[in-house]
Amino acid sequence: MKEQLQKDFDSSIKNLSLSQKDIEIKKFCLENFIEKGFPNRKEEDWKFSDLNQIIKNNIGELSFYNNQASTNKVDTSVFVDGLEHNKIVFINGRIEKIDFEYEKKDQIEIIDQSETINQFKNSNSLSDLNNAFTNKCFKILVKKGYQLAKPLIIYHTTNSKIWSKNINLRLNFELDKDSSLRLIDLFNDTSEKNFLNIFYNFELKENAVLKNYKVDKFENKNVKYSFNNIDQDKNSISETFILSSGSNFSKNEINCNLNGVYASAFVNGIFSLNNDKHHEIRSIINHLTENTKSYQLIKSVLDQSSKAVYQGKIFVNSDAQKTDGYQLSKAILLNKESEFNAKPELEIYADDVKCSHGSASGSLNEDSIFYLMSRGLSYQQSRELLINGFLLDVVEKITDSEIKNLIKNMIGIKE
Amino acid sequence: MDNRQKEINNLKDYKYGFSTDIENIQAPKGLNEDVIKFISNIKKEPSWMLDFRLKAFERFKVLKEPDWQKPKFPKIDYQDLYYYSAPKSMKDKPKSLDELDPKLLETYKKLGIPLQEQARLNGIAVDAVFDSVSVATTFKDELTKQGIIFCPISEAIQNHPELVKKYLGSVIPTSDHFFATLNSAVFTDGSFVYIPEGVRCPMELSTYFRINASNTGQFERTLIIADKGSYVSYLEGCTAPMRDENQLHAANVELIALDDAEIKYSTVQNWYPGDKDGKGGIYNFVTKRGLCKGKNSKISWTQVETGSAITWKYPSCILKGDNSVGEFYSIAITNNHQKADTGTKMIHLGKNTKSKIISKGISAGSSDMTYRGLVDISSKAKNSTNYTQCDSLLMGNKCGAHTVPYIKNKNSESNIAHEATTSKISEEQLHYCQQRGLNPEEAVGLIVNGFCKEVLQQLPMEFAVEAQKLVGISLEGSVG
Repeated sequence: MKEQLQKDFDSSIKNLSLSQKDIEIKKFCLENFIEKGFPNRKEEDWKFSDLNQIIKNNIGELSFYNNQASTNKVDTSVFVDGLEHNKIVFINGRIEKIDFEYEKKDQIEIIDQSETINQFKNSNSLSDLNNAFTNKCFKILVKKGYQLAKPLIIYHTTNSKIWSKNINLRLNFELDKDSSLRLIDLFNDTSEKNFLNIFYNFELKENAVLKNYKVDKFENKNVKYSFNNIDQDKNSISETFILSSGSNFSKNEINCNLNGVYASAFVNGIFSLNNDKHHEIRSIINHLTENTKSYQLIKSVLDQSSKAVYQGKIFVNSDAQKTDGYQLSKAILLNKESEFNAKPELEIYADDVKCSHGSASGSLNEDSIFYLMSRGLSYQQSRELLINGFLLDVVEKITDSEIKNLIKNMIGIKE
Repeated sequence: MDNRQKEINNLKDYKYGFSTDIENIQAPKGLNEDVIKFISNIKKEPSWMLDFRLKAFERFKVLKEPDWQKPKFPKIDYQDLYYYSAPKSMKDKPKSLDELDPKLLETYKKLGIPLQEQARLNGIAVDAVFDSVSVATTFKDELTKQGIIFCPISEAIQNHPELVKKYLGSVIPTSDHFFATLNSAVFTDGSFVYIPEGVRCPMELSTYFRINASNTGQFERTLIIADKGSYVSYLEGCTAPMRDENQLHAANVELIALDDAEIKYSTVQNWYPGDKDGKGGIYNFVTKRGLCKGKNSKISWTQVETGSAITWKYPSCILKGDNSVGEFYSIAITNNHQKADTGTKMIHLGKNTKSKIISKGISAGSSDMTYRGLVDISSKAKNSTNYTQCDSLLMGNKCGAHTVPYIKNKNSESNIAHEATTSKISEEQLHYCQQRGLNPEEAVGLIVNGFCKEVLQQLPMEFAVEAQKLVGISLEGSVG
């Protein structure tokens, strides 16, 4: 892999107009990655999902160079109907379209940051990989007091032109004071066996509101890793919803730093898995100052030999008195072969806090099925109804009604 | 006010801080094959036992000290420790309590366990371990009548080799982790218990461990076997004299429960925790593991951990037999600069297995406490259930409380429920108690005892009283 990395790195550097210093940084990151390789189960954070092994089994040999000289045709059929929205379109990792047609042009700034490389404070080797190979990076700045009229949908599309490739993406967002953004990430893959490595960085200033919905629903054979870093200032709110379902492997990581007083973070997720899919959500909420709040709810329905992992951590600094932290994960195992692993973690250094977590896993309640069947439903119907209700709970947590309905329709959950 | 302050200061100083001057027989310093042979030789062990030790030592040489735990400690130089030390006057073993070295008896008196009195009054058979050799074993006769074997493990190796050979290392193999393997290589003494088929042990079996000679690591090995349909309750209590250097304690405890057998293992651990600035104290790195080998067997761990500079242990249950039950009740209290990383592992292998975990952690001062646990339900463990509850209480803003549970469910017909909370003592509760005339310390003591009640009531009567007092003493000076 080392030679492949080196070769692909040289080809990708050639096409970029970078300063010597930036090339040095990229080279440094590459060397870091070569040294560490893909994360494996020896690392605590990857204990339940050995990415090195997963890539070996699902993809085999990866190549890292993306020739992005030619444009891809944007397939408009994937666009969401019935909801007016702004768009960013990625096709095979190349950014094809940025369109804020519904917004005031002077309130949103799109800054090309391809030439400044800001390193992530994430210690795992995938951030090094991302740093080394990302060749386009934009920052989207929402100006003071501006609230986007329509949601922004980022389409992550891949097509059959690529295979066994590693795609690295990066986006930065800054939400200035009193601004707000609703963001939907929609994955749409017709490609097979690629590894997507996505890094987002969000900076929320005072009173800013971010709502991020990640929807990975369509069946595909790709391996995905997505990392969200969210820094929150005073009174800001972040809401993250993850629907984890389509890909062969997917790991979503949320790292949230509550830096300002009264900041709050919400992370809600659904795993709906079948076949031998293996998905993970890992969240780290850092309560760094007083009076911050976090709430997490993760529910899983696992069929066949699928496997879901939830690792959630609430960290409370010694200054963060009056913290309110809550975490709950529930799983229904439908099949003998399915597996649910959880590691809900609390690390607390302040005494005046209210932190709790809960985790439960088991089968569908036979008594409830019996109850429904005695009212005339078939076994299958009762099962579906129970699962529907189980998952509806999470979807109901979405605070934006427009998007809530959209997501309900997408995953076929009835009220 | 002055008097009161003095009183508190007196209480805060470690009650059991003294050491007895007895000439010791020591193995040469350091760890090598010769030292292991020395230990084996002095204990007149058969050759299979020496092989067991040497095999473990071979394995130990390739192992590395683990470093994933939360409390970090300065590197231990394993070549700078004495691996064997025995009071000299023990060379010719005394036949009765009256023949004991008066100085030894004095030590126990200060500890609050005068052997003669306690043996007669409490109805407990006491197998007191002073450093490495068992000093006295009482009530032996009564137990022998029932066919129960309760003796130092070195004696068991001599007298019951077939049992020891069969079970020693069957739960904690010589190829286990670093500290367990070290113990397998150099263990000096400990208790051996065998309860024959269908016998219900008529009394609580109890051992007081005592660490005395400085620079001596204690490597106990306890092996308890409960044959079909038997029952035993075993108590382990520990206190250690004050020392400035850190001392290592790496014991191994193996429990084996056959069909329909039940073992209850209770610990009150009150070793020297170091002084107010975190100097000195015991490193308590113990491997405790129980195997529910037979059907319908049950193993229950209860622990009250108030001592030691660092406590690092996970009493575990391997639920192999169908319908077997594992329980873990724990109170861990850390104060000043104490650190604890403790919890349990429940490994469900058989059908219809059940486990229950109740863990209460209290941290005060600048201490740090971690609950780390594993619940693993394998794909064959149909219809298994686990319930886990871990609550932490924080006192002051310099301490930490952490919860790190690992939950693995591979069976769709099994249920796991886990909940954890972290909070502090509420002002309302304190106010209410004070209003009724309690001073703040008494109020905290009352509330904490209530917080721990679920676990305390699992302890046998004799221990429950002592444990309750310990809870109070450990937290003294942490409020206000």
